[in-house]
Amino acid sequence: MISAPAFLSNPERFMAFSRWAAPLFGATAVLLAVTGLWLGFTAPEDYQQGDTVRIMFIHVPAAWLSMFAYICLGIASFLSLVFRHALADAAAKSAAPLGAGFTALALVTGSLWGRPMWGTWWVWDARLTSVLVLFLFYLAYMALRSALDDEAKAARACAILALVGLVNLPVVHWSVNWWNSLHQGVTVFAKGGPKMAPVFLVPLLLMVLAYMAAFGALWLVRIRGEVWRRRADAALSRLART
Amino acid sequence: MSLAWELLKRETALAWGRGGGPLVSAGFYLGVATLLPLAAGPEPARLAAVAPGVAWVTLALATLLGLDRLFERDYEDGALDLLTLSPLPLEFVCALKCLGQWLATGLPLALAAPITEIALGGSPALAPLVLISAMIGGLAFAFAGGIGAALSLGARRGGLLTAVIVLPLFTPPVIFGGGALDAFASGLPWGAGFVLLCAYATAAIALGPLAMAAACRNALS
Repeated sequence: MISAPAFLSNPERFMAFSRWAAPLFGATAVLLAVTGLWLGFTAPEDYQQGDTVRIMFIHVPAAWLSMFAYICLGIASFLSLVFRHALADAAAKSAAPLGAGFTALALVTGSLWGRPMWGTWWVWDARLTSVLVLFLFYLAYMALRSALDDEAKAARACAILALVGLVNLPVVHWSVNWWNSLHQGVTVFAKGGPKMAPVFLVPLLLMVLAYMAAFGALWLVRIRGEVWRRRADAALSRLART
Repeated sequence: MSLAWELLKRETALAWGRGGGPLVSAGFYLGVATLLPLAAGPEPARLAAVAPGVAWVTLALATLLGLDRLFERDYEDGALDLLTLSPLPLEFVCALKCLGQWLATGLPLALAAPITEIALGGSPALAPLVLISAMIGGLAFAFAGGIGAALSLGARRGGLLTAVIVLPLFTPPVIFGGGALDAFASGLPWGAGFVLLCAYATAAIALGPLAMAAACRNALS
């Protein structure tokens, strides 16, 4: 765990690694998603939820990834703040829009599921509200990033904001839980094993792995793009000086 | 210690006197509270139901007004550079700035909160709790808000950016404060929400200055 960032902290090694890792993750994501979706759509209807249970295969992994991406953003920001590492900052910068995308997907699919099941698009329930606040955190991060022109300053300011969010998000999550909850409780990681039939659990877990692989692939591609952009900027400014 | 006292006096005087003092914040506060019955309808039953909530949301919004000048003013005229050179640690300076901001605008707003709540038809029995929770909530808003103000130093449209950064940080105190008032109004035990509000304010006072000082150093580097 400690050695992986250390190994990849060298930009040359990172570029060499991500060059084949990104397409590999992408291909894995497609394979897993196709299998997961096929199993998911051939699974029998739920006795209560009917066909809408299939939204779960899109919704639950997106909700998990929205938090996972924030943890990645937080770790990358910490490394960037402490070690002033440019690649860690590129990783943090690249993770934010992806996390925002997963969060938006979780919110939209949850809303689509809520309409037939709860009879409403949106309720001010704890889980929904805390995911919405998470989405606002991503927006704030991206807004701060785009408002500061100096890249080094933007990097550190954004890293501080990400760490503040990392402290604050559990508090937000817990506070809205204290406030109100309608969303179903923990199902997959419940005590005494998952409270879900294997016919639904297997495609769900496949979809989670597919989302993780897709996140990894997109993240690597975005970091690579960021590295190339910075190299191009550096080359341009060298050119301007001569 | 006398240095800290002088600094606190300076910060309070600046927050009190120059554009965005207590009158502007209180005026904004009353303006929003006046718009509400005009927008939602003046039926007493409906207004009374939302009165404590409105007092809280308006307090959070009014706090935003003073935030964009909290560090920006000193950043522009170079006073922030001098403050980093002072024998006081920058974290402590930031905490004093937030405290001055709270003394100049948070306290007057807290005094306006129970008046608004009663004017909207809330129960007068609720007023003392509104006053105390608005004072403590104002501290939490000032210290959490200072983080946003320090982070958006040097940014384009810093004031708007501060609001975007800070509003997600305001959710826990709004939940706890509003929850305590709601519980009190419906005759339930309200202690939990109130104590949690105090806890959030304490955490903001303890941790906020660290983030603010880091953000200020970064902006000045």
